[in-house]
Amino acid sequence: MAQVLPAERDVRRVIGDGESVPDGEVEGLDEGGLLELFRSLVLLRTYDERSVVYHRQGRIGTYAIFWNHEAIQAGSVHALSDDDWIFPSYRESAIGLLRGMPPATVLQWWRGHPSGWWNPADWNVASICVPIGTHVPHAAGLAWGKKLRGESACAIAYFGDGATSEGAFHEGANFAAVTQAPLILLCNNNQWAISTPLEAQTRAESLADKAVGYGMPGVRVDGLDVLAVYEATRTAVGRARSGEGPTFIEAIHYRAAPHATADDPRAYVDLARVEEERGRECVGRYEAYLKRLGVLDEATADQIRAEAADAMRAGIAAAEAEPPPDPKLLFENALAAPPASFAGDLAELRRILGG
Amino acid sequence: MAELTLVEAVNDALRTELDRDPNVLVMGEDVGRAGGVFRATAGLRDRFGPDRCFDTPLAEAGLLGAAVGLCMAGWRPVCEMQYDAFSYPCLDQLITHVGRYRWRTGGRMEFPVTIRMPYGGGVRAPELHDDSPEVYYVHTPGVKVAIPSTPADAKGLLAAAIRDPDPVVIFEPKLHYRTLRGEVPEGEHVTPLGEARLAREGSDVTLVAYGAMVPAAEAAADALEGEASAEILDLRTLKPLDEEALLASAAKTGRVVVVQEAPRTCGYAAEVAAILAEKAIYDLKGPVLRVTGYDVPYPYWQIEDAYMPSVERVVDAVRRSLEG
Repeated sequence: MAQVLPAERDVRRVIGDGESVPDGEVEGLDEGGLLELFRSLVLLRTYDERSVVYHRQGRIGTYAIFWNHEAIQAGSVHALSDDDWIFPSYRESAIGLLRGMPPATVLQWWRGHPSGWWNPADWNVASICVPIGTHVPHAAGLAWGKKLRGESACAIAYFGDGATSEGAFHEGANFAAVTQAPLILLCNNNQWAISTPLEAQTRAESLADKAVGYGMPGVRVDGLDVLAVYEATRTAVGRARSGEGPTFIEAIHYRAAPHATADDPRAYVDLARVEEERGRECVGRYEAYLKRLGVLDEATADQIRAEAADAMRAGIAAAEAEPPPDPKLLFENALAAPPASFAGDLAELRRILGG
Repeated sequence: MAELTLVEAVNDALRTELDRDPNVLVMGEDVGRAGGVFRATAGLRDRFGPDRCFDTPLAEAGLLGAAVGLCMAGWRPVCEMQYDAFSYPCLDQLITHVGRYRWRTGGRMEFPVTIRMPYGGGVRAPELHDDSPEVYYVHTPGVKVAIPSTPADAKGLLAAAIRDPDPVVIFEPKLHYRTLRGEVPEGEHVTPLGEARLAREGSDVTLVAYGAMVPAAEAAADALEGEASAEILDLRTLKPLDEEALLASAAKTGRVVVVQEAPRTCGYAAEVAAILAEKAIYDLKGPVLRVTGYDVPYPYWQIEDAYMPSVERVVDAVRRSLEG
């Protein structure tokens, strides 16, 4: 285990600033791959910004904003293969879009419509985990179960800095380490758990240090650098597939948007810092990088943005066109064979509701 | 047929189902090398290997959470919780995920988890080795709950749980792990979930019981011989409940005493009484009575006999019922 001690202190960065900080390169992405990554970032950004608008228009319910978290999500998913399983928290609600899930499905989830509940096996994307960190053991179990079957698939679990205080995170991480399960633990350290700052969450110098206690490597990356996230995930996937077990990745940034549409961070956040962070946003940063590289021009970028906007327009239209769910759905799907009492309950409900 | 103790019947069920279905695996604290603290999983690791009888880290929520992921990878995990009260951390996973995940996927993904655990008191054990936590589980939607009272049912209900497409929790009466011996069918044996067992026919009063309270009810019925004819309904499955059998027996005798080891308030006996009030009130000749543990923490073992529903307390309740 000596090689995993201590967790790496340096925050990995690939993308420079076009001036004094030079750009780096990553392995595994050709020009097409670099552009696909941009397309994913734009799709997620568009989903997020439109969702906030849809919420204000009363077209979706409370929504957990992920503005400026797109680099973490897109960078990591692009390092996976389609056989690998994604375990999202609510902060990654739209991550299935990167696997081809229709925007309408995720919008329906936020609209409280049953068609927003997808079959995880269709996309290898688990259901959105609402409680904090309780999906980490699921990801560990899935990864271990795949390994037991001799399959090469690995799993990735997304969770925030606050989740590292939860017992479920600890139990899941430890389980994965003990079984040497092919798991990537991706900690989205945006330094806020609603209103609780990181320093009130932990006295650890870095969250990646927690990996040491589990006997797994911990790495720190710039969470606004999509290529750094991609590279770290790619390395972790390589370890997982070759039987070396789980890796903890801490992706560091700063939450520059409210926790959710129901949250008003002006009560607790440093507004000047937020402004500063908004200037460091991750999609524009990558766009500038691609332009410096000569891989992307303005016309192509505009076209990609227009396609994402179209996808969202079509998505909300499709979601709103679906009929409201029938109350009979109350009694379906919880059990393979519903108990006899459900039929009586439904008959009574129908009689009272009429129709 | 073989004559087995209740815990041997549990082991027989696990062995039979592991043999029958290569997707079944057993996991829990000390289930592998030690064969379980009660030896319920003895010999399974040797026979099926450490991957299919797996010693987990000491983490009840974590092991049940991992079982959720194992289901997603096509396994049918059987999780042992070492003791009733040690299972409380796993309620987090049970409530937030195990009972909800199938529903969450629109019924398209199955979560055939089995959770089994020894439960109940009377074994002179330290604190938190004696609880009857069944209603926490019963109250959770999407989860079935069964409690055997005989070796044959310990095997049959566990096999049914393992084969069921939904999560099932089995509580095994640890008091009778080795004190109860009985005929158990060899090979595959399934007791369907949702079917009560008429343990004894009678005409004056129905004693409704499950798990470790069935032998207590039987002893009470013996004590009442010549005085009253007691019918005993062993519920076997608490969810889904065999309502038909309950209502039929209530209609036949007109008097019902429900016996439950767990604390009284909102215990399973309260649910039985409520169903009888809703659906059998005109068949009843008197109030439904409950004989239960008290609304106190399970006591130090030197006074646990005063807490447990005893033969005397059940007999007393039957006499009160007959007077009413």
